Amino acid sequence: MTDIKEKMATRQAYGQALVEIGKENPNLVVMDADLSKSTMTADFGKAYPDRFFNMGIAEQNLYGTACGLALSGKVVCASTFAMFAAGRAFEIIRNSIGYTHANVKVCATHAGITVGEDGASHQTFEDIALMRTIPGMTVVNPSDGASAKALLKQVIDMNGPAYVRLGRAAVPTFYDEEAVKNVKLGKGNLVREGQDVTVIATGIMVNEAMMAAEELKATGIDVRVIDIHTIKPLDEEIIIKAATETGLVVTAEEHSVIGGLGSAVAEVLSQNLPVKMAMVGQKDTFGESGKPEELKEKYGMTARDICKAVKGLLGK
Amino acid sequence: MDLKDYKQIASQIRVDIVKAVHKAGSGHPGGSLSAADILTALYFKEMNIDPKNPNMEGRDKFVLSKGHAGPVQYAALAERGYFPVEDMMSLRKLGSNFQGHPNRDKVAGIEMSTGSLGQGVSVSVGMALANKLDKNEGRVYTLLGDGELQEGLVWEAAMAAGHYALDNLCIIVDWNGLQIDGNNEDVITVTPIDEKFKSFGFNVVVIDGHNFDEIFSAFDEARNCKGKPTAIIAKTHKGCGVSFMEDQAGWHGKAPKEDEAMKAVSELGGEW
Repeated sequence: MTDIKEKMATRQAYGQALVEIGKENPNLVVMDADLSKSTMTADFGKAYPDRFFNMGIAEQNLYGTACGLALSGKVVCASTFAMFAAGRAFEIIRNSIGYTHANVKVCATHAGITVGEDGASHQTFEDIALMRTIPGMTVVNPSDGASAKALLKQVIDMNGPAYVRLGRAAVPTFYDEEAVKNVKLGKGNLVREGQDVTVIATGIMVNEAMMAAEELKATGIDVRVIDIHTIKPLDEEIIIKAATETGLVVTAEEHSVIGGLGSAVAEVLSQNLPVKMAMVGQKDTFGESGKPEELKEKYGMTARDICKAVKGLLGK
Repeated sequence: MDLKDYKQIASQIRVDIVKAVHKAGSGHPGGSLSAADILTALYFKEMNIDPKNPNMEGRDKFVLSKGHAGPVQYAALAERGYFPVEDMMSLRKLGSNFQGHPNRDKVAGIEMSTGSLGQGVSVSVGMALANKLDKNEGRVYTLLGDGELQEGLVWEAAMAAGHYALDNLCIIVDWNGLQIDGNNEDVITVTPIDEKFKSFGFNVVVIDGHNFDEIFSAFDEARNCKGKPTAIIAKTHKGCGVSFMEDQAGWHGKAPKEDEAMKAVSELGGEW
């Protein structure tokens, strides 16, 4: 970990990583559905026009054709907004890509409440839940730009389907060059030691969890923070160990508390070591238009909400 | 091989379909029988394939977008020598490789797992794009049902095929006029099919899907057409070859009982 130097959206890191990986991997094909300037795939398209396909505003066909290219030997990153990838194209991702284990990386941007002003129709809180129910689907939700790049490389090197969840808003980069080496696909990452409570966070909520831990330290509460960037396959070991050692677990995600990280952690703990849990995330409700920071506050996905959950578990 | 030989193979494929669906006790005989002549033409004449090397580099690929007609693809592959015909008689049984809808992991020669309508054609567009990218001469063929044309994804895929000028892609529509709930035109009108595909940038050929001369010449035309994908609209009869199944929507997804299956096989000139 390092002092935060810069802010970067994970989608921006994705766009940069694609160009870098495309240089050394001629087998990489990138596809989009008329959002290439927003998903940041446009730079790849400029660098390697032969290996970039814009499929128009047709997300079902985006993922169907991505499957055809993958079954022909390509590794394909196919991007659109999370709502239209995991949501609209769910059944194509399930039946064409998942069922055939096709080497397609569904790289979905603009996930969660931080889409902001576009409002509820574009704010996806269901994608992690949907994607992790597909057998064999790897589900990744990076917490910052540096780890997004590192994870994308690992996801492309791995054979088989994956869902990579990316955000619109610029978020603090807190993994430095050294720390990012510990970001390993399929492994949770202990980003802060602590003995009283564990906060298991994913995506942009990892940074919120770190801020919460710092704040709670001042009140004498020692918080452990784990970055679960890979929601499937889930690192059960690190979760069970944390529950054993701290006894209390808070989950934090920019996603519905129904079916996402909180549910995944509860599935593990309830069957291995039931402990008291609290879940921070989008409650069972739609979002609305607003600035990302305003929305995070209104819908309860900030460091303060994590602090409240931790104190609640401790009865403070 | 002459015309008589192709007709005989098609009849044998129909016999295999009837037997397999009867043994399974469920399945889709109607739309399998209607496509038997088209698949015979593809697997025995048109396509560059090798049953001994199903994954041969540069091969032509066939995707059954109307996956419920799995029995016709299984039968065509079996008769072509990919596996013994007996194997497919485990159709739809627990543990069988011959799933109700084709699975590419389980049966040699199946290029795509299908079943959910509209997806096979979309995947075919991706395969054709990949061949263009790799300068691979292999062609991609896809069979769609006419009811399947009601799926929006078909038209998303068609739009992309036209846009990318995929002349290595040939779509065949098995136009038997019927779907589960009855006539296409009573459920949701799909016609004019030819005009629709033309407007999406396709070269379109309308043929009698049970006439081998017409099927062969349509495939010739598709192969020679440059700069455009081809759609072959094949007018067919659901249940073709079995008198009591012909043009009956009721035989879309129903297995023949033993006496019915015996009668069907006898009409087709096969042995029970």
